[in-house]
Amino acid sequence: MSMLRAIFSHSSGRIGGTIVVIYVIVALLGMSGITPHNPLQQFRIDRLHAPNAAYWMGTDLFGRDVASRLMNGIGQSFLVAFCSVALATLAGTVLGLTAAWFGKAWDGLVMRIMDVLLAFPAILLALLIIAVVGPGTWTSVAAIAIVYTPIFTRVVRGPALSIKAREFVDAARTFGSSRRYILTRHLLLNLVAPLTVQVTLALAWSLLTEAGLSFLGLGTQPPASSLGLMLADSRNLMENAPWLLIFPAVAIMISILGFNLLGDALRDILDPKTRRSAP
Amino acid sequence: MSYLARRLLTFPLVMLGVSILVFVAIRLVPGDAITAMLGTEAGLLTPAQRAALSAYFGIDKPILVQYWSWLLGVLQGDLGISVIHGKPALTIILERFPLTLQLALMSMCVALLVGLPAGVFAATRNEKMSDLAVRIFAMIGQSTPNFVVGLLIIYALSAGFGILPAMGEFTPFFTDPLRNLGQMILPAITLGFAFAASVTRISRSAMLDVLSDDYVRTARSKGVPKRSVIWRHALPNALIPVVTLSGVEFGYLLGGAVLVEQIYALPGLGRLVLEAILQRDYALVQGCVLFIAFNFMVVNLLVDLAYVTLDPRIRLGEGN
Repeated sequence: MSMLRAIFSHSSGRIGGTIVVIYVIVALLGMSGITPHNPLQQFRIDRLHAPNAAYWMGTDLFGRDVASRLMNGIGQSFLVAFCSVALATLAGTVLGLTAAWFGKAWDGLVMRIMDVLLAFPAILLALLIIAVVGPGTWTSVAAIAIVYTPIFTRVVRGPALSIKAREFVDAARTFGSSRRYILTRHLLLNLVAPLTVQVTLALAWSLLTEAGLSFLGLGTQPPASSLGLMLADSRNLMENAPWLLIFPAVAIMISILGFNLLGDALRDILDPKTRRSAP
Repeated sequence: MSYLARRLLTFPLVMLGVSILVFVAIRLVPGDAITAMLGTEAGLLTPAQRAALSAYFGIDKPILVQYWSWLLGVLQGDLGISVIHGKPALTIILERFPLTLQLALMSMCVALLVGLPAGVFAATRNEKMSDLAVRIFAMIGQSTPNFVVGLLIIYALSAGFGILPAMGEFTPFFTDPLRNLGQMILPAITLGFAFAASVTRISRSAMLDVLSDDYVRTARSKGVPKRSVIWRHALPNALIPVVTLSGVEFGYLLGGAVLVEQIYALPGLGRLVLEAILQRDYALVQGCVLFIAFNFMVVNLLVDLAYVTLDPRIRLGEGN
């Protein structure tokens, strides 16, 4: 509760938090089919109709309702973003924690593999994975998760190493606490702050990447809707039907903006030292 | 061991890891090189033909032997032959690279020319309305994917002025500089947009840090004009994080801007990777990925070197 209060008393946290909450609601509605129209239904007579009372954001080339497709697309983009960041957080936390705890050869092996993954520009690594597995929604989830795992591993390992050396961990060991107890209770709980910030910023980045991949035709496949796919479809029609471009473009921008603002606010709140020097 | 020495020593090791990853990834693709090249026609091959082709591609040997001979080739500049283009992969990559390099340089210029003054301006007006405006603009810039910026620019130009960006045949810089710049300026602005936003944010916070330092206060109190304090005394020290950020971003840009090159139909490295993936030209995918990762690592290494050179206070090896 105090965390929520802290976020909402922080100026960018308030804006970012509100944006994120609204998007999550829209995404849930879009995914559960509670949209003004069926996002796949084609109203042939109303093809490329400008926004009006019946079609709030107009219709596309096939006469499908843009607002409904947008809601559905936001749901799809959020699904990919949340799943991939959840996977990356899980993998990164396990790898980072065990690397810090066991040290030696395991630490060396894990961190060298992470170095190799970090040697690729992120989008290139994602493209390489998609080249191997083939395009699709779940491939983008896997690709984004693999790209982000090294970052989480590093975020966890550093602080985990310093916490491991603290007295209370020694004390817990002396008391005979099990390894699992120490790892989850003492190490993991102390890592919640840096992880929360990283998760929020990773969500912004994965929304951006998902949109990019589906724009290139390598993510979500038609006829399913996704924000990137809608933008790709708008390319040849934007002069006559600008609503096809404007609404998805603004939707992507604001969603990423929301997570970025929230991430900045969380960084300020959770780590007061970086308050001023945060980029 | 100092940080830099360690960094230089691990460079070849990480590069070796990258080569293994790329090699293994491409081998994981369903089907072999023969199916990749011939498609469904591969099913018509007699066992003898198939064996002959396997021997030709070297895929009848154990995987370790294949990797070794591939690696030896790579070290001699042989990145394989592109099936689609019928040319060595490296030749095609080097044909596309100048455009990517030019685009990266131009977007960096855009980013620094816009971002640096904006960041310094915001820092000197800390917490005032103008500072807030710059920060909001920078935040929006950072949150807009570059292909969205590109689409919006194209739309604004065509709807507002009835012009379309020059997309036809690409003209290299040395053939016709003016025509070339005309084709490159919009992509450079598009790519520079988010980059400028990052530069603004980082130069603002670095300036704020430096402006509260004692030596700046000393300079002010002995009556140095404000302009001189900001540009001569404070800025040089605030540049270090900007250099680091620009270097890392430049490294990314050298990998080719897949989406922006796609939108503006520019034949750069990013578009080459995408085409190679879509056409299942695996030798070319492999070559491109290796080439880009190598550049990216070299640039990152140079950024680290610059970091230590620029700030003599930093002794990265200490305490490790």
